[in-house]
Amino acid sequence: MVERTPVFNFFTHLILFVGFVFCVAPFAIVAIAASHNLKDVNDVPMSLLPGSDFWVNIKTAWTTADLGPKLLNSFIMAFGVAAGKVIISALTAFSIVYFRYPGRMLIFWLIFITLMLPLEVRIVPTYAVVANVLEPYQAIMDLTGLSWLIEKVSGVQVQLNVGLLNSYPGLILPLVATATGTFLYRQFFLTVPDELTEAARMDGAGALRFFIDILLPLSRNNMAALGTIMFLWAWNQYLWPLLITTDQSHAMAVTELKQLIPNVGGAPEWHIAMAGTLIVMLPPLIVVVLMQRWFVRGLIATEK
Amino acid sequence: MASITIRGVKKNYAKTQVVHGVDLDFASGEFVVILGPSGCGKSTLLRMIAGLEEISDGTIAIDGTVVNKLEPRERGCAMVFQNYALYPHMSVAQNIGYSLKVAGVPSAERTQRIQAVARVLELEHLLDRKPMALSGGQRQRVAMGRAMIREPKVFLFDEPLSNLDAKLRVQMRSEIRKLHRRLNATSVFVTHDQVEAMTLADRLVVMNGGRVEQVGTPAEVYSRPASRFVATFVGAPAMNMLEGTVTLDGLSLLGDSRKLNVSRTGLAVGAKVAVGIRPEAVRMVAPGTPGALAATVDLIEELGAGRVIYVDLDGAPFSIVTSETVHPEPGSTVGLQFAERDLHFFSAETGGRLDVFKASVPEPAL
Repeated sequence: MVERTPVFNFFTHLILFVGFVFCVAPFAIVAIAASHNLKDVNDVPMSLLPGSDFWVNIKTAWTTADLGPKLLNSFIMAFGVAAGKVIISALTAFSIVYFRYPGRMLIFWLIFITLMLPLEVRIVPTYAVVANVLEPYQAIMDLTGLSWLIEKVSGVQVQLNVGLLNSYPGLILPLVATATGTFLYRQFFLTVPDELTEAARMDGAGALRFFIDILLPLSRNNMAALGTIMFLWAWNQYLWPLLITTDQSHAMAVTELKQLIPNVGGAPEWHIAMAGTLIVMLPPLIVVVLMQRWFVRGLIATEK
Repeated sequence: MASITIRGVKKNYAKTQVVHGVDLDFASGEFVVILGPSGCGKSTLLRMIAGLEEISDGTIAIDGTVVNKLEPRERGCAMVFQNYALYPHMSVAQNIGYSLKVAGVPSAERTQRIQAVARVLELEHLLDRKPMALSGGQRQRVAMGRAMIREPKVFLFDEPLSNLDAKLRVQMRSEIRKLHRRLNATSVFVTHDQVEAMTLADRLVVMNGGRVEQVGTPAEVYSRPASRFVATFVGAPAMNMLEGTVTLDGLSLLGDSRKLNVSRTGLAVGAKVAVGIRPEAVRMVAPGTPGALAATVDLIEELGAGRVIYVDLDGAPFSIVTSETVHPEPGSTVGLQFAERDLHFFSAETGGRLDVFKASVPEPAL
């Protein structure tokens, strides 16, 4: 169905253009609102011609919400999640695809099940675990009477307690522990020809050597794709950071945006809020632009 | 340089057995070709020697050491794969040198050895290229270089030429042969291409259905095929086979429609046999010549140097290879003549060779 008439061309372009406007309009409005002053931004309807206070608003938003450290926090967390995901996914997929051991399929399905249990579903137990990582072990010891025994014998009361609230590991680890990436890698590893594996074996490379020298370089497109997706996903996390960062020093940029949203009774400073939004949107945008080439290749093409 | 001893080797996949007990001895420095149709277990056997497949039963020994439990790298084998299996992200030099890198050979020595191998294979100008930027023949050479650099005791080739075009295949064939003469390592070469097998082999192993049918020099296998399968598999066009029954004065062929006079064969009268005649052993004569079989010409294939004439012998297909410039019309009748010594007899039941013209054949019990 390839048609090339001027009318048809016009309509396809029209549809494309409408779609484009539909996608971009909200961003344009955010950017325009961010350039107005307090009076103009509250006009009804708001003027769609950009105002002149863009940089002033950006600066105000930056200082009001203290975005510098928050962006750094967000970056550390998003980067940590992306890196953790890539490493864990590659390793688990490597194990599932390349090794035959009892319980392999069981483990595969257990990993699969985590897809159905996103963080939002298991947020309460996850919070409990993060609040005290050793809690499950404590429970096991209490149940089996082990802690009672230890207390009787040594007189020491067993109280395991390692909390990860208000820490980077606490922010990052629960977000790393899902299976999405494992499947992406599994699909990729299945396309790697067996002869390559055998050639590496004949060349004397062990499993780890093969993984590092052959598989990882071959899967760098996948890594870029997964890393980018996970970076964006982690950057945009709201609920989890909000829950576990009670301390301002670990607050995320995305959660701190609410500082800029006008309170009831306060001045309706929407221009500042919009400016802050723009700032917070920028790092993911940069990541996407930088990674785009790899990213697209990793998702669509198999390297031949 | 190493000998390979294979004793009672079997291979099972779950419940199916694909190799049913193979015994073979390869002498040190020998070039052995394993020939067989696809699915005959030849690649499986090779991969068991390499250590890529587990040996279900029996033993394989290299240089007297049983290697059943050894990792591929500990067996001293190098392998050239059908699809080359080059590492796509590494340059030619890195591909060739990878095994040395894994073995921890210092970089300077590595470079030197890569250079030496590249010189032999005429790859020097390609060392910085990626495999993607190479032609099929060049990739094949890189794959051989990767095997050579380890100076292995045993070279294993798994249909390495089947992805090349016809001309390149002939060229690589002679290169492999030259390389073998130069390195003199024991080589095992698996192929389904009989021309490749005949030209390369010191000794030929013909396999079918997970069993060894015959072991011998290419000339032996060609001139004295041990079974009906070998007879029809080796040689192109394939050997003509005619079903027949032994009679008092010779053979009656094709459901008694044809008679063939042969001297006493030592076979019991009434025995069912298959008679094989190589297409190139058949002479075409004028129809009606005494002792000749009359046949109808079906089709003529011109080969330049000669021609293949397909004829119809009462419904049985039959081919003749001749270098004479004869062009019988399709549909015309010709006479077929052949010498008694060119006939091969096979048991109709077992397919095994019946040696009927030996001097030691006893007088038939009449």
